[in-house]
Amino acid sequence: MKIGLGIHSAWTAMRQRLSAANDRALKAGLYVALTPTIWMLLFLIGPLLLVLKIGFSKSTFAMPPFSAVFSIAADYIVNIRFNFGNYITILNDSYYISAFANSIYLGLSTSVLCLILGFPMAYGIHCTRRRWVKMSLIMMVALSFWTSFLVRVYSWMNLLSAHGLVNSTLLKLGFITHPIQLIGNYNMVCTGLVFCYLPFMIFPIYAVLEKVDRSYTESATDLGCTPTRVFWRITVPLSKSGAISGCIMVFTMSAGEFVIPELLGNADTITFGRVLWTEFFTNLDWPMACALSVVMMLFIILPVVWVNNKIPS
Amino acid sequence: MQSVAPIAKRNSEIWHDISSPPYVQVDMVTKSYNGATVLKDVSLSIYKGEFFSLLGRSGCGKTTLLRILAGFEKPTHGRILIDGLDVTNKPAHKRPVSMMFQSYALFPHMTVAQNIAFGLKQDGLEKAVIQDKVSEVLELVQLCGLEDRMPDQLSGGQKQRVALARSIAKRPKLLLLDEPLAALDKKLREQTQFELVNVQEKVGITFILVTHDQEESMTMSTRMAVLNDGKVCQVGVPHDIYEFPNSRFVAEFIGNVNLFDSVIVEQGPDYLVLESRDIDCPCHASHTGAIPVGAAVTLAIRPEKIMISTLKPAYPRNWTHGIIKEIAYLGDVSIYYVQLPSGKVVVSTLPNLLRLEDRNFKWDDEVYLFWRSENSIVLTS
Repeated sequence: MKIGLGIHSAWTAMRQRLSAANDRALKAGLYVALTPTIWMLLFLIGPLLLVLKIGFSKSTFAMPPFSAVFSIAADYIVNIRFNFGNYITILNDSYYISAFANSIYLGLSTSVLCLILGFPMAYGIHCTRRRWVKMSLIMMVALSFWTSFLVRVYSWMNLLSAHGLVNSTLLKLGFITHPIQLIGNYNMVCTGLVFCYLPFMIFPIYAVLEKVDRSYTESATDLGCTPTRVFWRITVPLSKSGAISGCIMVFTMSAGEFVIPELLGNADTITFGRVLWTEFFTNLDWPMACALSVVMMLFIILPVVWVNNKIPS
Repeated sequence: MQSVAPIAKRNSEIWHDISSPPYVQVDMVTKSYNGATVLKDVSLSIYKGEFFSLLGRSGCGKTTLLRILAGFEKPTHGRILIDGLDVTNKPAHKRPVSMMFQSYALFPHMTVAQNIAFGLKQDGLEKAVIQDKVSEVLELVQLCGLEDRMPDQLSGGQKQRVALARSIAKRPKLLLLDEPLAALDKKLREQTQFELVNVQEKVGITFILVTHDQEESMTMSTRMAVLNDGKVCQVGVPHDIYEFPNSRFVAEFIGNVNLFDSVIVEQGPDYLVLESRDIDCPCHASHTGAIPVGAAVTLAIRPEKIMISTLKPAYPRNWTHGIIKEIAYLGDVSIYYVQLPSGKVVVSTLPNLLRLEDRNFKWDDEVYLFWRSENSIVLTS
């Protein structure tokens, strides 16, 4: 009832604002804003609420395979049964905790590696004088997006498998007598993640570097700064926002990644994504899967929100 | 007329010691980019303590010259000497030169104090010394108390002063200013002109200013160079450049001028006599060099040097007649556009000593224009 009232008053307030808005542009603006709002409600907020709800239910052998959280009894009394069991299990089971830790660790190390590799690359592209060289360098970074993500991961597998290009070359050259295991460890998962997400680090940093006025670096040089100091004292601090947004993107995507740890890892490279897959498709435990994804979202969103607040405007 | 700002009083003697060697020497500097020549054999001598300005339209090469002096660009040919030392191949961070950018280029991630201290830190000075120097220059530009502000919390005028403070904190031998007042509004610009001159006199650093605004350069500089198309047209003190331009370009670029195509008909001991088909009687010009009889020249007369009368002058030279076509009333002065019988329109600027309705010449009146021999400028190019 109260919720109904709230929606009603919000609706009347909006209608009043709309009628008060004689300005057609403002009216148009409100309607334009409505479209993404509806989209988000339907495809993001709605499903999220469903996930949240299922996370509080119990797994059952039924269709759908979870118990009802809200039910209406014969006397029109709404019964709410929250089940915190899934969350308690997650927080107590070292299997889940290590999966979380692995994911966060993978996300962080991928971000750091991408930053270490991506910053010099972005800076190099930025420093290029000739326009066509610059454009072709940008194209080379963007080119990896032209191939499907899965195909790229599979080609890594092909390159590094026991009979892959790397092993067979090493065998032929006589460096090794048996194929060495290149695939199926953390380092390989991390390499795959860095390979796939590096462009997401390069582009934001490059964009910020391009926006930094040349007069800042010239002015620092003019004040007696050597080129190395100019880089560390002016260029790096001024491109911080690009590096931060790159890190946020790479961290979010690599911490939540399922395909790469699954294909390039082994049974020990357990991550969030893989646990979720197992719970959902192998164990058919929807409530647990939902609870896991809620925890996962918190784990990823909270650091991002924290970092976002730290960015200077 | 346009110039509201009074002429800055300055100690113009500082640099007058011509016997002393020039402090900054630009020696036959040429700069080309991909085949396009931006500067052609530019040579300038600037003396210690001068407030020198480079004046020219955009694209004339003045900013390129400034960037060559700062060390951001290398000349294709030629040398730059500062205080007797050839710095042509020295990188920017090793030159005793500071530059104040048009955009001010204050580091957005540092406070005012950190910005000013930046250059001093590069010299490896002690913290206490740096702090003293920072507060000293902040006092000089009257910005005490703003040490901890970030650049985006400052007004345009304050940013300009911080930029100035930052560039003079290191006491460079030479300070380059790239259109330092272009980003300020008109009132503030006029006020800041004098502050810049005052600061320059207090610190005694040689300033080189780049501007496209002739009023700015005339108000502030001890000497100025007029640049056009990559070449130096004329170098001199502001009033010499205004009163004795050496070419049609300079005469037209600095202030307004009436130009008449004329021929030399007589060469006196210290004067020339010219005839023009636009002007009724022969014109006498003093203060000129010797030009042979029969040479085609341009007679230039500034609008404020031409007087108007309804009476025909009694003497047989330096006047002509015409009809007042337009009067532009600017309050303090009026600009009269007088059409001569040849069709040419001559501009005369007169102070409004009388109210408009009390004046004895109005639109469409036939009037006589006259001027003094020493105000005739004879231009050969």
